Amino acid sequence: MKVLVPVKRVVDYNVKIRVRADGSGVELANVKMSMNPFDEIAVEEALRLKEAGTATEIVIVSIGPAQAAETIRTGLAMGGDRGVLVKTDGPTEPLAVAKILAKIVEEEKPGLVILGKQAIDDDCNQTGQMLAALLGWPQGTFASKVSPEGDGLTVTREVDGGLQTVALKLPAIVTTDLRLNEPRYASLPNIMKAKKKPLDEKSAADLGVDVAPRLQVLKTVEPAKRQAGAKVGSVAELVDKLKSEAGVI
Amino acid sequence: MATLLLADHHEDHLGDATAKALTAAIQIGGPVHILVAGTSPKGAAAEAARLEGVEKVLVASGEIYGHGLAEPFAELLVGLMGAYDALVASSSTTGKNILPRVAALLDVMQISDISKVDGPDTFERPVYAGNAIQTVKSTDAKKIVTVRTAAFAATGEGGSAAVEDISAAGDPGLSRFVGEELTRSDRPELGSAKIIVSGGRALGSAEKFKEVIEPLADQLGAAIGASRAAVDAGYAPNDQQVGQTGKVVAPDLYVALGISGAIQHLAGMKDSKVIVAINKDDEAPIFQVADYGLVADLFTAVPELISELAKTRK
Ligand SMILES: Cc1cc2nc3c(=O)[nH]c(=O)nc-3n(C[C@H](O)[C@H](O)[C@H](O)COP(=O)(O)OP(=O)(O)OC[C@H]3O[C@@H](n4cnc5c(N)ncnc54)[C@H](O)[C@@H]3O)c2cc1C
Ligand SMILES: Nc1ncnc2c1ncn2[C@@H]1O[C@H](COP(=O)(O)O)[C@@H](O)[C@H]1O
Repeated sequence: MKVLVPVKRVVDYNVKIRVRADGSGVELANVKMSMNPFDEIAVEEALRLKEAGTATEIVIVSIGPAQAAETIRTGLAMGGDRGVLVKTDGPTEPLAVAKILAKIVEEEKPGLVILGKQAIDDDCNQTGQMLAALLGWPQGTFASKVSPEGDGLTVTREVDGGLQTVALKLPAIVTTDLRLNEPRYASLPNIMKAKKKPLDEKSAADLGVDVAPRLQVLKTVEPAKRQAGAKVGSVAELVDKLKSEAGVI
Repeated sequence: MATLLLADHHEDHLGDATAKALTAAIQIGGPVHILVAGTSPKGAAAEAARLEGVEKVLVASGEIYGHGLAEPFAELLVGLMGAYDALVASSSTTGKNILPRVAALLDVMQISDISKVDGPDTFERPVYAGNAIQTVKSTDAKKIVTVRTAAFAATGEGGSAAVEDISAAGDPGLSRFVGEELTRSDRPELGSAKIIVSGGRALGSAEKFKEVIEPLADQLGAAIGASRAAVDAGYAPNDQQVGQTGKVVAPDLYVALGISGAIQHLAGMKDSKVIVAINKDDEAPIFQVADYGLVADLFTAVPELISELAKTRK
């Protein structure tokens, strides 16, 4: 079974982002970029399926600027077999990403697509569900466990009240939650090897997908700043303040 | 302009999230209808009908709606959406699972996790773990929106909407519910609790987490939360995680114990009314958002806090 893993290039999760004062967006110049953390988990899960003999080939796909090729190389260095870069200018919304991915799925015919549950820049949490809809496939979102069973897949999902297990027919879509696995680091020799792995380039236009945004971003601002309060010297003082000053107990 | 709100419910009663998402739905544009779909959600439907500002409650009953499976829910909702201009749900794991599937089928770009309604097509939503707030205007004919419930007050009761049974849509037969492991607790739910006591990695073990956090939560009548580090280490169940990728909460009082205050954690709690932090590192970032910070070892401070609280409560 071929497994497709879409990976997004995002601002590294350790970076404290800066919002431009004129409301035009988040400062992205000279900011460290990395693979979306949930997508690292998706790549790792695909690798484990390959090591277990379930997956035969892992194709890493990214939609974005030319530099997204680096993100694909990271996935290849972890152990992916080949990459596909679909170049777009400017940010591409989840609906457009899902449409592009649906075209790639038509070409590649994978048995499983593993995505992150959420990109940590737009925090949308949509793309996997949208891709499942466009393909008419089942979806196992927010997965903390994935087990192939017969000709299907059993997925344990992190839900508000605890955990839920569902059985999906294949082909299927899975989106990863944080506890699915601990992604491996790429070793230096594997980083070198990844440079020689095949990486196809296409454009959204080649695929005939309209990527025009449906949402207009009118402005981007910093959230209201919270005033840091004061330190208290003792537990007794804390309780007194909570009672008389804050009035919350 | 009519708006359909997908209810979160537990069959015999309605979750608190629905009344909060309803506030957003009414702001987007009425009349508002609520869809309650479940195995036999009579009780939840009756509660939905009592919420203020609801014109009609639609009830779809059937085994396939018993577990929030996205595939049959999407089929049902797509069938209904011809009559509506907007579809709203809370950003619960059920809403997040189902709504994007409906959006794609209708060729609409969803607006996720809104924190404010500026107009029928214009919304504010946090991005980058809440470190920026975007104002977005949708150009799609229909609006599909999930709602950050911590940012909206619940509507009141006193309504008496009509309740109408509707027929179930087909089962696409793509997925099947196998089982669930739900955390049972008599404590308030994280999403609606007035007070939350949260523990971090500093607790060190599941036993200590229980031993230190629970008595304080009991004393305060609080819900229990946790950092990702505490959940990952197995000190607390996953549904207690607060943060960018866990639950977003805004209680009257949030008590962070042995939590450093990483941006991903702050994303889930920095809109709480009053924040208390106890941490032994006086430079921990949590102190930058805490109204009251105590630099102390939590293993001595928390028992002391419990006995001080007991004194004031007498
Ligand atoms: C994509 C992504 C998503 C994430 N999502 C979330 C999320 O939703 N929620 C979340 O919480 N995290 C999330 N994280 C993780 C986050 O970055 C932090 O790693 C995590 O919040 C740290 O948890 P902590 O504060 O309990 O642990 P630590 O950072 O290890 O902090 C422990 C704190 O306890 C203090 N301490 C130690 N001993 C004592 C003692 N005896 N008494 C008092 N204080 C003591 C220390 O001084 C320290 O400040 C995410 C990370 C990524 C990459
Ligand atoms: N531009 C992109 N290129 C590749 N994958 C993407 C892209 N955008 C989103 N994804 C995938 O979809 C997931 C969810 O993203 P989102 O719906 O934007 O929160 C991510 O974790 C990725 O797996």
